[in-house]
Amino acid sequence: MIKESIKLRLPASEDTLRSLRIGDEVLISGTVVTARDMAHKYMVEQRPDSLRDILEGALIYHCGPIMVADGDGWRIVSAGPTTSAREEPYQADVIETYKLAGVIGKGGMGEKTSAGLKKSGAVYFHAVGGAGTLLARCVKKVREVRMLEEFGVPEAFWVLDVEDFPVVVTMDSVGGSLHREVLQASELKRKELLGL
Amino acid sequence: MPGFVEWGLELIRRASSDLSPDVEAAVRKGRDAEPAGTTARNVLDSILTNIDMSRTGKTPICQDTGLTTFFVHLPRGFDAEQVRADLIEAIRQATREGILRPNSVHPITERNTGDNVGIDLPHIEFEPAVDDAVTIDLLLKGGGSENCGAQYRLPEASIKAGRDLAGVERCVIDAVHKAQGQGCAPGILGVCIGGDRAGSYMGAKKQLLRRLDDTNADPKLAEMEARLLETANKLGIGPMGFGGLTTLLGVKVGWMHRHPASFFVSIAYCCWADRRHRLVVRDGVAQVL
Repeated sequence: MIKESIKLRLPASEDTLRSLRIGDEVLISGTVVTARDMAHKYMVEQRPDSLRDILEGALIYHCGPIMVADGDGWRIVSAGPTTSAREEPYQADVIETYKLAGVIGKGGMGEKTSAGLKKSGAVYFHAVGGAGTLLARCVKKVREVRMLEEFGVPEAFWVLDVEDFPVVVTMDSVGGSLHREVLQASELKRKELLGL
Repeated sequence: MPGFVEWGLELIRRASSDLSPDVEAAVRKGRDAEPAGTTARNVLDSILTNIDMSRTGKTPICQDTGLTTFFVHLPRGFDAEQVRADLIEAIRQATREGILRPNSVHPITERNTGDNVGIDLPHIEFEPAVDDAVTIDLLLKGGGSENCGAQYRLPEASIKAGRDLAGVERCVIDAVHKAQGQGCAPGILGVCIGGDRAGSYMGAKKQLLRRLDDTNADPKLAEMEARLLETANKLGIGPMGFGGLTTLLGVKVGWMHRHPASFFVSIAYCCWADRRHRLVVRDGVAQVL
């Protein structure tokens, strides 16, 4: 059976976000904000209110894009996801503090984030790792950038308008995690293959 | 007359945007093996589309262009320091052009140098050439996949791995399981048996320069490579760790002599975007392969 992709427009209602389930293939349109290692540490340790206007109702995208200065603005060249696991200590807190719709990343996250998604009614979306060109072309506008001087290009907050950005729900708001399922199944397989 | 700055820049452009045909063929083979309608197949379709778009548009396949690593073979009479200076200039230009992402972060001040140049960056391994051609291999691999590398010290009781080749294979399977989808599966493994801690890791990384469709000259290792690929793909981790048949695209195994007391097994995990190309300069004429 071939599933149809679900179109999701941001900001979305909590009901809409809570209706998504692991395995759903989704095309996202709306605002996403890149944030990775330095950004998560900064958000949790300093809780800047100055980010609320760009983050509320948006998705954080674990991504350090390649950007090229273009006149007064910026051109996005390549923008696939980075590994999300590094933000595990911070993510649930960041989702709740900034009222995020969720995050986009790769590789999945752990139990603390899973509990946070459940509590906040948020979703973890997985983009295809390494698909830098394809995903950059889904960005229709580079709105603005914050903390560029302090964090550098890969780690700054880039505010991006995306259209039909392709992702898969791999962690949902009812506690489901495709990563947990695959880990458990492959662990049984590992033990069988190694005779442990 | 063009020199190593221009040639180096062309090498970086090609590596960043034009995936080697052997890697693309392996992705396609994996895609065809996954059942229609599965997320695993859809992911591999997206990857193939991205490979094509990047080649046509000359844009980086992945935004994480890694820590630039060159393997240079230099004939007698060439000035290694000049080649290094030229490659550094090529990297600076490539970063300005958006072919490389600035990935050089000072670990104490947390500042990004912004130009991909820093202490041991680029990393360049110089070796004498066997003939009169200069060859420069460039490997770009992302940090997420680098983080999935592993080193085992045999014996390793937790996985019943003894000090023998069967033990080596158990380490490799265990490492693939630990990596799950984190290193952008389907991955490619470089494995080194033996060596010291540092040399073994570099030996594993050098295996990633081999073409996926080559055959190991040592029949025993050729068999091991085929068996490890087949066994690892039974783990069911699949593309991006979503589940599926394609967890690895290839396994390449090399070795080094070891100390009697040390038996290291080192594993370099490369994402599917195994971006490598080779520059050959012979009689002043350069070619990127």
